[in-house]
Amino acid sequence: MTHARTITLTVNGRSVTATVEPRLHLADFLRERQLLTATHLGCEQGVCGACTILIDGEPARSCITFAVACEGRSVTTVEGLDDDPVAAQLREAFMEEHGLQCGFCTPGMLVSARDVVLRRPEADAERIRLEMSGNLCRCTGYVGIVNAIRRVLDARKAAE
Amino acid sequence: MKAIDFDYARPETVEEALELLDRGDIAARPVAGAQSLGPMLNLRLAQPDLLVDITGIAELRGIRIDGDAIAIGACVTHATLEDGRYNDATRGVLPGVAGGIAYRAVRNRGTIGGSLAHADPAADWVATLTALGAEVVVAGRGGRRSVPVADFVLGVFETDLQPGEIIVEIRVPALSERARWGYYKVCRKAGEFSHATGAVLVDPARGVRRAVIAAASGRPIVIEDAEVIQGGGCRPERIAGILADTPLAGNAFEINTHTVALKRAIAQVTA
Repeated sequence: MTHARTITLTVNGRSVTATVEPRLHLADFLRERQLLTATHLGCEQGVCGACTILIDGEPARSCITFAVACEGRSVTTVEGLDDDPVAAQLREAFMEEHGLQCGFCTPGMLVSARDVVLRRPEADAERIRLEMSGNLCRCTGYVGIVNAIRRVLDARKAAE
Repeated sequence: MKAIDFDYARPETVEEALELLDRGDIAARPVAGAQSLGPMLNLRLAQPDLLVDITGIAELRGIRIDGDAIAIGACVTHATLEDGRYNDATRGVLPGVAGGIAYRAVRNRGTIGGSLAHADPAADWVATLTALGAEVVVAGRGGRRSVPVADFVLGVFETDLQPGEIIVEIRVPALSERARWGYYKVCRKAGEFSHATGAVLVDPARGVRRAVIAAASGRPIVIEDAEVIQGGGCRPERIAGILADTPLAGNAFEINTHTVALKRAIAQVTA
């Protein structure tokens, strides 16, 4: 570890101090060093969206963010959304609407879907598709995913 | 694939950053959101010895009104520009364009200065800032200089940035009340890089009539031909002439695609 750096960040609410090489991207740090394997690596070039996590509450690609750049930041993976009310609604809706088959893209889908629900509460199906276009799924055909997000948006509107 | 072994520094002032980048013995590169450089590192298309992360420099993260321009720090993210929680002297142009860049997860990290320094011909800011007549403020150890974006982007991934220099600010002239803006990009999939971009700004109060063809395998092409800008002259024959000095010359498909992109941008202005 020629250029090792010690960083301190928050991972799913827990303070973590670790020594990392600057070249270690955040997804590998989460998977290999924190053993948080829900974050999936598809393309490793920021295109597929499988590795989408939250940095300070905002969705980001963990494969093109280096762990060393997250000093002092708060990182949340799907494991950290267990008690999140929107994520809970989405998990149920994804099951009801058949929003996944193999599940590889699902962690990234849930993180992006949560962002759509919170940031775009008025989204219609077309807007959902546009907002979710940075997350690729290769088996559902997206219909179930879009329906799941619509179901959550409708439920939240009805509850207002 | 994984990036090669590189060193990393996160300075807190522009001066510190410039000092770190002023190294003749190693390859040092500035980085902000890493949304273009990150993939290049993972693919090993970029193999620097040192990354100088400039996102810790407070001066580069602000947006302010300065005279008749909006001055945007190099490290302001696309998402910040999209959300519009600032005094937008462009009357909606910046949020509109920012919201169409890639995907939200990318917009949360990617920066306006990084996009311009990367100079992908298909990038939204390359086309937009050229059409808006923006200037880029560049800092080097010898001081600061200001360059029109139209002169800053020299070609595919090629800019006027000299070794050791970084972009600190982008200055966009305020649009007048009756200014009209049109912007269209041809994408087969939402969020992908544009295949052809047309941008038009008509701001009579400031005497500005400007169209831009971008994503044309080179630097953006500025058009001041009134007949093209008002729409009647935006035909493949005329666009073929405009693209004659580009790698797209003689390619009927590309010429038509760029004509359509520009025509649709013009339609937004004349509507």
